[in-house]
Amino acid sequence: MAVQAPAVVVRAAPRASRGLWRDALRRLLRNGPAMLGLLFIAIFVAAAILAPLISPYDPTVGVIGEAKHGPSLQHLMGTDSVGRDEYSRVLFGARISLTVGSVAVLTGLVFGCLVGALAGGAGGIVDTILMRVVDVLLAVPGILLAIGIVAWLGQGQLQIVLAVGISYAPIFARLLRGSLLALRESDYVMAARSMGASPARVLLRHMLPNALTPLIVQATLAAATAIIDVAGLGFLGLGPGDPRVAEWGEMLTGSAGFLQNAPYLIFFPGAAIVISAIGFNLLGDGLREALDPRLKR
Amino acid sequence: MLRFIVRRVLGAIPILFGLSVILFMFLRLLPGDPAIAILGQHATPQLIAQIHETLGLDKPLYVQYLNYLGQLLQGNFGASIIDSRAVADTFAIRFPITVELTIGALIFAVGLGIPLGRLAARHPNGWIDGLVTVVSLFGISIPIFVLGYTLAFIFAVELHLLPYPGPIDPRLSVDPVTHFPIIDAVLSGNPGAVVDAFAHLILPAIALGSIPLAIVTRITRASVIDVSNEDYVRTARAKGLTRKRVDDRHIMRNAWLPVTTVIGLQVGSLLGGAVLTETVFGWPGVGSWVVTSIQNHDYIVVQSLILIFATIFLTVNLIVDIGYAFLNPRIRYS
Repeated sequence: MAVQAPAVVVRAAPRASRGLWRDALRRLLRNGPAMLGLLFIAIFVAAAILAPLISPYDPTVGVIGEAKHGPSLQHLMGTDSVGRDEYSRVLFGARISLTVGSVAVLTGLVFGCLVGALAGGAGGIVDTILMRVVDVLLAVPGILLAIGIVAWLGQGQLQIVLAVGISYAPIFARLLRGSLLALRESDYVMAARSMGASPARVLLRHMLPNALTPLIVQATLAAATAIIDVAGLGFLGLGPGDPRVAEWGEMLTGSAGFLQNAPYLIFFPGAAIVISAIGFNLLGDGLREALDPRLKR
Repeated sequence: MLRFIVRRVLGAIPILFGLSVILFMFLRLLPGDPAIAILGQHATPQLIAQIHETLGLDKPLYVQYLNYLGQLLQGNFGASIIDSRAVADTFAIRFPITVELTIGALIFAVGLGIPLGRLAARHPNGWIDGLVTVVSLFGISIPIFVLGYTLAFIFAVELHLLPYPGPIDPRLSVDPVTHFPIIDAVLSGNPGAVVDAFAHLILPAIALGSIPLAIVTRITRASVIDVSNEDYVRTARAKGLTRKRVDDRHIMRNAWLPVTTVIGLQVGSLLGGAVLTETVFGWPGVGSWVVTSIQNHDYIVVQSLILIFATIFLTVNLIVDIGYAFLNPRIRYS
């Protein structure tokens, strides 16, 4: 006996989904710490965009005889060991840290989502193989994995993006796969499947949107660690390796030599890293509470 | 219980096997002749021929891999290009230093994190809780090297309270017997050396332990709040048991479980963090060895160290998982 197609096609009310995001946005805007985090991020984004306009000096040109001058009215954050203006370098450094950090997280997100969606969507042997690969990558401590990849690919901004991105991808892959596996058994997914939706449609239209919220939260928190990891690579001498750009981590490379006579050279780029990481951590925690009100403590 | 252990141990083997394949390919996929990539500026026709010989580069790829695996299983990781010493030998000297640092950091993180988490959980959203939240936010947002240099500046350069850098004052000329700085200091019979070795450990342990501290505090807080809302805790309180007895016997027993797992997972971040901490504090452990090996393009060392770190990380988590199953019978039978 042929199954009759339902006479009435029930469409999902568009208001419902708009309401969810709008509710979340309202909760986020009311969350003080999250807004403070957003403010921190906004300050550094502004610094990155406006760096060429507001920097008092060229961040790459040092002045002989002006090395390691302490903070003054001429040089708000002093000058570094080759006489370059530290304030201008911190401003320009925001460009590298924010772009490399966020592009690295996006790269990890894309790789991770592809693997996670394939594993959680397909299941079976595909899932088993992909998850074993993820296990292998997770067995190597994150920063060490990134260091190994840079050692292999060589220095450069793109290489750092790939290194940090790949070290985060397994975390996103696991997260997405976990949510998809849980969703696969849910009633509305079974309903969509029984109504004849193709596997791809079920995955993309029905499952993915519901698996997004933990990914958004995790990606925001990962941006904080990515900024720290990118700076760590720079500090270890595995940064962009380009004398034409300023990078916060690289600015801290010779710090042991600054301890005695120029501690401000540690303080200013260090503070820039910490404040931007705090920004993303606060925003990430706020997003978690906004997107999942049950978690609100 | 035995079946659980066997199953978990067997589960770790394919991971290490997969990692060994990836690391094997790591050297083979370097652009150009792997021998030249390995040797770099040290390359001479004679040395290149020697590398070809030891790596068996003229044989088929799977034969090369099987040889590599066979060597690994015998504990032979190859030799450094820089000083020609076997990786295993240098590792034996450097690893104790990293272990001491990691244990120091773990003691700092767990010893402070659990009481802080319990304190914060006692009055959720109170001022202590707020303070703990701010401190742990700081802990996860500050890079190890920034915190390390800041601590060194405040406590060593400005206040002269603690020594920097190194694991022990070289002027004490303590004989390296076990290569653990503190144990060697104890064996030297010089009480001053013991105090010095402990003093040298404090700042790097704090720098390395800051992230685990933040995480252990958060998890303890969440776990204690969670368990405190259970019915049996209310029953215990209603029976008139003292607060201390309820806290210790009823809440903490169960709150420990998630905390244990998280502590195990922190070992990975500690091993990764050791790379930065040892560089900042001038400790000649395995972490700073990773950095110098990369700067020297000493790929055989880098490859071996990544494999060894992963093995340690998996082993520790295996032990934690087994301990967890021991503490929590529900895991064993599921």
